[in-house]
Amino acid sequence: MPIDNEQRDTYYESIIKQGYSRRDFLKFSTYMAAFMGLESSMVGQIAESLEKTPRIPIIWEHYQECTCCSESFIRSNHPIVADIILDKISLDYTLTLMAASGHQAEAAKKAVMDKYKGEYILCVEGSIPLGDDGNYCCIAGKSAKETFLEAAAGAKAIIAWGSCASNGCVQAAKPNPTGATPIHKIVKNKPIIKVPGCPPIGEVMAGVIVHVVAFGRLPELDRLGRPKAFYGKRVHDTCYRRPYYDAGLFAETFDDQNSKNGYCLYKVGCKGPMTYNSCGNIKWNNGVSYPIQSGHGCIGCSEANFWDNGPFYERTTKIPGFAVESNADTVGKVAGAVVVGGVVLHGVAANISKRKELSERTKRAKNNEKNIDF
Amino acid sequence: METRNFQRVLVWELPVRIFHWVNVLCVLALTLSGFLIANPPALLSNAEATNLHSFGIVRYIHFIAAYIFFFNMILRVYWSFVGNQFASWRALWPFDKKRWGNFKHVIKNDILLMNDKQPELKNISIGHNSVAAFSYLILFVIALISVFTGFALYADTSSWFLPKMFSWVTPMLGGDFMVRNIHHIAMWGFILFVIIHVYLVFFHDWLEGRAEVSSMFGGYKFVREERLKKVKEVEEKK
Repeated sequence: MPIDNEQRDTYYESIIKQGYSRRDFLKFSTYMAAFMGLESSMVGQIAESLEKTPRIPIIWEHYQECTCCSESFIRSNHPIVADIILDKISLDYTLTLMAASGHQAEAAKKAVMDKYKGEYILCVEGSIPLGDDGNYCCIAGKSAKETFLEAAAGAKAIIAWGSCASNGCVQAAKPNPTGATPIHKIVKNKPIIKVPGCPPIGEVMAGVIVHVVAFGRLPELDRLGRPKAFYGKRVHDTCYRRPYYDAGLFAETFDDQNSKNGYCLYKVGCKGPMTYNSCGNIKWNNGVSYPIQSGHGCIGCSEANFWDNGPFYERTTKIPGFAVESNADTVGKVAGAVVVGGVVLHGVAANISKRKELSERTKRAKNNEKNIDF
Repeated sequence: METRNFQRVLVWELPVRIFHWVNVLCVLALTLSGFLIANPPALLSNAEATNLHSFGIVRYIHFIAAYIFFFNMILRVYWSFVGNQFASWRALWPFDKKRWGNFKHVIKNDILLMNDKQPELKNISIGHNSVAAFSYLILFVIALISVFTGFALYADTSSWFLPKMFSWVTPMLGGDFMVRNIHHIAMWGFILFVIIHVYLVFFHDWLEGRAEVSSMFGGYKFVREERLKKVKEVEEKK
C-alpha cells in the first residue's frame, strides 16, 4: 500500500516546527544513541533517519494499568521525547493525553487504523483481563480483548509497555481475580517488544521508540522478547554497591550503621541479583538516582511474577505452590529432620527384625576369633 | 558350625572411587558455600570494601567447585560406558526383569524389613542393589538440574562458551527468580540424599558384613565363594 507521505512531516520537520533548534535535535539524537548503547558514529545515522523518515503513527492503548508507564515516559530526560514523539506528533490515539474524547477519540483511532493499516505501531499499557468474558475492563463499550485484537490486527509491531502488558504485574498476582493476561499470550502473530518494569525507565521507553522509528525495525531482543540493549544485564551487575557485596559487607537492617555506610542491601531483600534492567546505569529522573542508591533494595519490578516471588525485604527462596511463610530452607530443614528421624527408627527396627541373622553372624565371628592360629 | 568362605572381588574400580570422593568434596564445598551465598553471615570488620574480598572468595569457591563437579560428572558418565559391569550405566536402570526382581526384594527386605523365609544368596547384590542404583539415577537428575540452573545463573557474568551454553535456561523458566529457586531447592535434594545414602551404606555394612563402607576406599567387596563361577568349577572337578 502506498504511504501517504505528503500528509506526514518527518520527525525533524516536526521538531523544528515545535521551536527546537537543530542543536537540540542533535543533542537528542546523541542521547538516544547513548541510551541504545550505539557507538558515536551511529549518531549521524539516527539524525539522518529522523530527518528523512515520515513519522510513524502510534496507537497507545490503556487497559488494566495505573498509567505509571505514561508518567515515566513523559518524564524521560529529554523534552523532545515527550513533546514530539509522544504528545504532538506521533500519538494518534491515547486515552489519557489526547484532546479528543468519547466518540471523537474512537473515530480518530478508527481513522488511523484504516489509513495506516500495517504501518502503525501499537503500544499497549496494561494487562488484558480474560476472566468473566473480559468484562473487568471495557472501553467505549467494548472489552479490552476485543479492542486489542482489533488494533493488533493492522499493527506493524506491538510494544508492551511495563510489567502489566509484559508479565501481568500486580493484577496477575495470585489469585488473579480478573484473569489478567499479558499481551504476548493473546496475540502470537505480531512482533512484540516487551519493555517490562513498573514503570519502565523513561529513557528506555524513548530508546525503544526511537530505535523503531529511526531504523525501521525492532531492536535486538533477548529470548524473553526484551530489548537486549536495556535488559541484558542484572541490576546487581551494574550496581554501584557491588564492591560491598564482593567484600561481604551487608546492611543487616535498614537502620544500622552498615546501612548508613551504604553497604550492599542483599540481606534486606534486594532483588537486584535476579533482575534484568538498566536502573544501575541509566538510573531514574534524569539520572539522579535509583532505588538502591536511595537506600531501598530492588524489588525486581521488571521480572515476571515479582509479586508472587516472596517478600520484598527478605532473602528467602520460595517454593512454588507452597504458602508464603514456608521458604525452601524451612521445608528443607523439616524434611531433613523427618528423614534423620526416619533413618534412626529404621535402624532400630532393622536390628530387631534381623536379630536372628545378626546373632548367628556374631556367633560365627566370635567363634572364629577364638580359633585364631597365632 | 557351617563355614562360610568369602572371596575378594574388585567391585569399584579406581576411577569410580576417585569420582565418588571428588564428588563428595564438591557437594560439600558447594553446599556450604551455597548456604553462605544464600544467607551471608554478618562480617565484623571495619575494613574498606577495597581491602576485603570475603564474599567474592566464597563465590569463587562455589564456582570452582561447580566446574570440578561438572567435569567430574562427565568423566563418570564416560566411565559408565567403558568401566566394569558395576560402573556401567546398565546397572543404574532397574526396569528389566532381573533387576526389577531385585528391586522388589530390596524394598521388601531392606526398606520394609520383612524377612524371607529362605534367604537366597543371589538376592544380595554385589555392586549397587537396584534400589540404590535407582537413587543414583535420581541424584544424577538432581545434579543435572543443579548444573543447568547453576550455569544459567552464572552465564551472564562469564564470557566463556561453556556457561553461555546454558543461558537459554533462564528465559525458559521465566527469569532468575525461578532459576534461583530451583537451584536452591535442588541443593536440599542433595542433602536429603546424603543422609539416606550414608545411612544405607552403614546399614548394609552392618547387616551383610561384606565391607560395604571400606569398598569405596579399597574397591573390594567380599563375596560368598558359592557365587563365583571358577570356584564352583574347581570344586566340581574335585
